[in-house]
Amino acid sequence: MERIYLDHASSMPIDPRVLEFAERYLKAGFGNPSSLHSAGLAARRVMEEARKKIAELINAENETCIIFTSSATEANNLAIKGTALRNIEKGQKVAASAIEHISVLNPMKELQKSGFQLSIIPVDSTGMVDMEKLKEMVTNNTSVTSIMYANNEIGTIEPIKAISEIVHEKSAFLHVDATAAAGRIPINVQNDGIDLLTLSSNDLYGPQGTGALYIKPRLRLQPILPGGGQERGLRSGTENLFAIAGMGEAAMIAGKEMAQESNRLKAIRDKLIEEILKIDEAYLTGHPIQRLPHHASFRFSRIEGESILLNMDTMYHIQVSTGSACTSRTLEPSHVLLAIGLKHEEAHGSMVMTLGRSNSMEQIPMVIKAVKGTVQRLRELSPL
Amino acid sequence: MEQIGYSKKVMEHFMNPKNVGAIENPDGYGKVGNPVCGDLMEMFIKVKDDIITNIKFRTFGCGSAIATSSMVTELAKGKHVDEAFNITRGDVASELDGLPPRKMHCSNLAADALQAAIKDYKTKKAKRG
Repeated sequence: MERIYLDHASSMPIDPRVLEFAERYLKAGFGNPSSLHSAGLAARRVMEEARKKIAELINAENETCIIFTSSATEANNLAIKGTALRNIEKGQKVAASAIEHISVLNPMKELQKSGFQLSIIPVDSTGMVDMEKLKEMVTNNTSVTSIMYANNEIGTIEPIKAISEIVHEKSAFLHVDATAAAGRIPINVQNDGIDLLTLSSNDLYGPQGTGALYIKPRLRLQPILPGGGQERGLRSGTENLFAIAGMGEAAMIAGKEMAQESNRLKAIRDKLIEEILKIDEAYLTGHPIQRLPHHASFRFSRIEGESILLNMDTMYHIQVSTGSACTSRTLEPSHVLLAIGLKHEEAHGSMVMTLGRSNSMEQIPMVIKAVKGTVQRLRELSPL
Repeated sequence: MEQIGYSKKVMEHFMNPKNVGAIENPDGYGKVGNPVCGDLMEMFIKVKDDIITNIKFRTFGCGSAIATSSMVTELAKGKHVDEAFNITRGDVASELDGLPPRKMHCSNLAADALQAAIKDYKTKKAKRG
């Protein structure tokens, strides 16, 4: 049976073109970008080229605005802690939406332990940030506000430009985690009014092991990883040249192919949603219109998400994801599903499908058959 | 295929659970768990001369919740109620070649459901005199 991978939000296979491009830097034995000899300079050139390609994807002012990190998690940590600690005279307050990734919420909680005040901005039942609460909760003492471009679990796209205006009225800095959105929808940091933006390589079909942070010109940060002073002193440590070269190439390809690919996936996604919502007591999670073009997320009553995942995988060779407690390390349901107002028992029945380049419209009848079969079988087992 | 550390036996019982369903007019009925926590199990038993002659379950929950329910029905079937009452969560887990550590408590309620059904049987029996 054909394997159908529908979990691109968790990991995406590296693009063969990216691999081919980046592999030569792994094989050629390039120098350390910090070395001054020719081998080092060649490595530096590779890095600067990658920086430029990434800057172009998000329309950054210039390539020096891009700092490479080891992951999106590290970029989020640097953005939040680095900005809050360096700009402490602004105030000891930080804010984030309730549906931020844990790598945004946890550094904020850490700041809270060291005396910062943390405001969690609620979202509505579709995952949209409550703009009135945002206006109330971001104050003149707030240094960093973090709102994601789009959510990885429910696909909702936030109105970043409008959010930026509110945040900037209070002279706070806006950090945007664009891990899920980049390469799917156009991002323009200058038009959107974004001060800091997080990107992940492997969410762009790039190699794992690198991420990037866009930092608006003249915004000052305190490094969270001090050392030899690489990346303008903001992120010490020898750069992962292979992954960085690959991330640059992946960003360039994403920029070129995004419009066409997103339209293609959107048609498949719409068909998926249309068919799955025909199932009894199946509901869409997230926003029906303002959602990522490759993202379809649902919940089913009376069944549990880990069982859905296992059944889809074992019986139909289709890989999906869930926000059920039973798959999490904490055994708590996804904080995102609780934030949009789902009860615990409702959040347990979630299923997330994220499409990518390997998916086609031809796969959809098989996927629908599998979802119907899975829901029916598990409901037959269920006492509810 | 390996998924979240489940043994082959867990997957077998998840994919082809034994004794699924309900029994009308059961001699004993047990219900444990809570949908809020993500696991809910119902156990139905038919008993003749203190021997469990038929047993069925219905479970809402994750893979291990379903597999442990299936396994406990297999272990209890044909046994004297007192013997079946002594089946522990640990027995169920080891019969399944183990469960991932974080699944040992929350999704391993099947033995509790069986015990609840046996208690119910004994209460009813005592009432009848």
